Amino acid sequence: MKIHEYQAKAILAHHGVPVPRGEVAFNSAEAGDIARRLGGSVVVVKAQIHAGGRGKGGGVKLAKSPDEAERLARDMIGMTLVTHQTGPEGRVVSRVLVEEGLQMQRELYLSLLLDRAAGQPVMMASAAGGMDIEEVAAKTPEKIVRVHIEPGVGIVPFEARQLGFGTGLDGAQVNKFVKLATALYEAFVATDASLLEINPLVVTQAGDLLALDAKMNFDDNALYRHTDIRDLRDLGEEDPLEIEASKFALNYIHLDGNIGCMVNGAGLAMATMDIIKLAGGEPANFLDVGGGANAEQIRNAFKILMSDRNVRAVLINIFGGILRCDVLAQGVIAAVKELGVPVPIVIRMEGTNVDEGKRLLKESRMNFTTADSMDEAAKKVVQLAG
Amino acid sequence: MSVLIDKSTRLIVQGLTGREGTFHAKQAAAYKTNVVGGVTPGKGGTMHEGWPIFDTVQDAVKQGAANASVIFVPPPFAADAVMEAADAGIALVVCITEGIPVLDMMRAMTFLKMRPDTRLIGPNCPGIISPGKGKAGIIPHNIVKEGRIGIVSKSGTLTYEAIHQLTRLGMGQSTCIGIGGDPFIGTTHIDALQLFAGDPDTDAVILIGEIGGSAEEEAAAWIKANFKKPVVAFIAGQTAPPGRRMGHAGAIIAGGQGTAAEKMAALTAAGVKVVKSPADMGKAIKEALRG
Repeated sequence: MKIHEYQAKAILAHHGVPVPRGEVAFNSAEAGDIARRLGGSVVVVKAQIHAGGRGKGGGVKLAKSPDEAERLARDMIGMTLVTHQTGPEGRVVSRVLVEEGLQMQRELYLSLLLDRAAGQPVMMASAAGGMDIEEVAAKTPEKIVRVHIEPGVGIVPFEARQLGFGTGLDGAQVNKFVKLATALYEAFVATDASLLEINPLVVTQAGDLLALDAKMNFDDNALYRHTDIRDLRDLGEEDPLEIEASKFALNYIHLDGNIGCMVNGAGLAMATMDIIKLAGGEPANFLDVGGGANAEQIRNAFKILMSDRNVRAVLINIFGGILRCDVLAQGVIAAVKELGVPVPIVIRMEGTNVDEGKRLLKESRMNFTTADSMDEAAKKVVQLAG
Repeated sequence: MSVLIDKSTRLIVQGLTGREGTFHAKQAAAYKTNVVGGVTPGKGGTMHEGWPIFDTVQDAVKQGAANASVIFVPPPFAADAVMEAADAGIALVVCITEGIPVLDMMRAMTFLKMRPDTRLIGPNCPGIISPGKGKAGIIPHNIVKEGRIGIVSKSGTLTYEAIHQLTRLGMGQSTCIGIGGDPFIGTTHIDALQLFAGDPDTDAVILIGEIGGSAEEEAAAWIKANFKKPVVAFIAGQTAPPGRRMGHAGAIIAGGQGTAAEKMAALTAAGVKVVKSPADMGKAIKEALRG
C-alpha cells in the first residue's frame, strides 16, 4: 500500500526523524492560512499524488508570500499532473502540502528496503540527492553506499556512520545522521514498511539534517496489525475497478486489452496473460480468484470483468485442485444466468472432476466455448474477441 | 529414491484441527503418507479425526516421533509455527500459508539460519509430492504419475499444469516441489536443483519461475556451472506491467529489475530450454530427453 508524502512525513516525525514544518491543504484558502502560520519569506507548495517526478511536472512550486501560496494551490488543486511515473493519463491533484522553505547546503539520497537476495533490510545512501536513484545506480554506482542490517539486531551506529561518512558528511553532521538513520529504521520496522525513501535528505545552511521528501510503501500482508495506516489509503489514487475487486478479496489488476481473464492461482493467471499475448491478443486484466474459490467468488469475478467496457471476450482458465471443476461449472452457469454476460466465454478447465464439469457446461445449453488446453483456449478467445 | 519425502516420513500437521488442515491431512493419508498427528495449542491430549493432537511441536516429536511438518495456520501465526517446528528439530517443514507479513518471515529466516538441520519449503506454496511415496501439502494427487521428471516451481497452479502436461504425455514425476511466490522463502530453485542433481531417479527438471527478484538468474548461473541434467524453464509474467504486485507478494517488477525477459535470457544463456508458452513445458521435456 502507498501513502502520500505528508502522511509519510507525519509517521517519520512521530518516530523522531526531523522533517520540515508544514501542513496539508485541501483547498486554496487553507493553503494560504497554513503559509501565514508558517511565516518566513518562502514556502513550498507540493502537489500530493502517489507518484514521483512531481517537480518536473509542475507539481512543486515556491511561493514568496501567503497570497502567492494561495494562488499556486488554487492552480494545483484539481489539475491533472503528468509525470514519468503516472503514465500519460496523469493523476488529479486533490491536496497540497504547504511547507517552510529551507536554505539548503547539500542534498543526499537515503532509503531503506528489503534485499531479497540477502534476506535482510538494506539501507542505501548517496551523495547524489534529488536524482532518480535508478539513474545513479546505472551511471555512477560507486556513489551509492549500502549497509545490510541484521533483522534480529537492528541498525548499529557504526553502520549508520559508514553511510554518513560515505556520503561526505562531516563529524558533527554524522552524529545527527546516526540519530536520523536509527529513527528511520525504527519507523520502518514499527510500521511493517516495504520501502522508505528520503530523496532528498537535505543538509541546511545551519548544518541540520531534514527529510525534505518522503515516500513510504507498506507490506499489504501486515496491514491487519496497522489499522491506523490502512486508514490512510486514498481511494482517489486507485483504479475504481480494482477498489471494487478488493471489496470481494479478489486479486485484480486492470490492464488495457479486451480479453477478460478469470484464473485460479497467481502464476497461472500471469501465464494466461502471456499465452493470450502469444496468440495475438491483449489481456484486459490479471485476475486470480484463489485456490478455494466458490460459486459466490466466481459471480463477483464476473461482475468485475463485465464492468470493464473494453472486454470483448472472456477466458476462464481453471486448474481444479482444491477447487473442483464441477463446482466451478455450476458457479459459471449460475453467474451467467443471473448477470446475462453479453460476450463470448471460453472455458478451459482441468483437474479434479473435470468430466462432470464439462458435462454440466454442455447440458446447460448456454453459449460456452470449451477448450482442452491453454493453447487452444487462447487461440479461440483471441479469435472471438475479434 | 525420491527427494525429501518417502516411506520414513512421519508427518504432523500444524493447524490440523482447522478446515484446510483437516481436509489436507485426510488427502495426505489417503495418498498413503504417514500422518502421525497434529499440533493445535490448547487442544493437546484430544483426538481429531482419529489423530492425536499435541499442544507443541516438541510434544509431537517426543510422543509421535514426528520428523516432518506441514503448516496450515493463519498468516499472523505462521512464522511462529515455522520457528517452533525448526526448534523442535523437525527436518522438513512445509509452510502452505499465504499472506505472512514479510518482516515476520525475514525474522523466521534468521532464526532458521541457526538451525541448519531444518529445511523449510515455502511459505505461500503448494508443498511437495513424490508420486507413489507421499505428499506434504496440497498438490492434487489424482493428476500425478510415478516417473522420472522433477519439477520446481514458484507457482501452485502452474505446477499442476506442468504435472498434467507430463502425465498426459506419459511421463511421470519423481518429485514436485512448490517453493512459493513470496520474497523470502526457505528452499530456492538452486536448493531444489541440488536435490535433483543427487537423485538418481530424476532424469530432467522443469523449472517454473515468475517475475520479481533474481532467484531465476542465480539458478541460471548455478545450472551453467553445476547441473548436468536437461532443464526446461517457463517464466510467468512476460506481459506483466512494471510496479504492480501480480498476486504473489514476490511477483513484482521493481525499478526495472526482475523482468521475465532478463530471467529468460539468463536461463537460455545457461543452456536451459526456455519455453515462451506455458502450454509447451511437457513437450519440451519430451524433446530434451529424446535429443
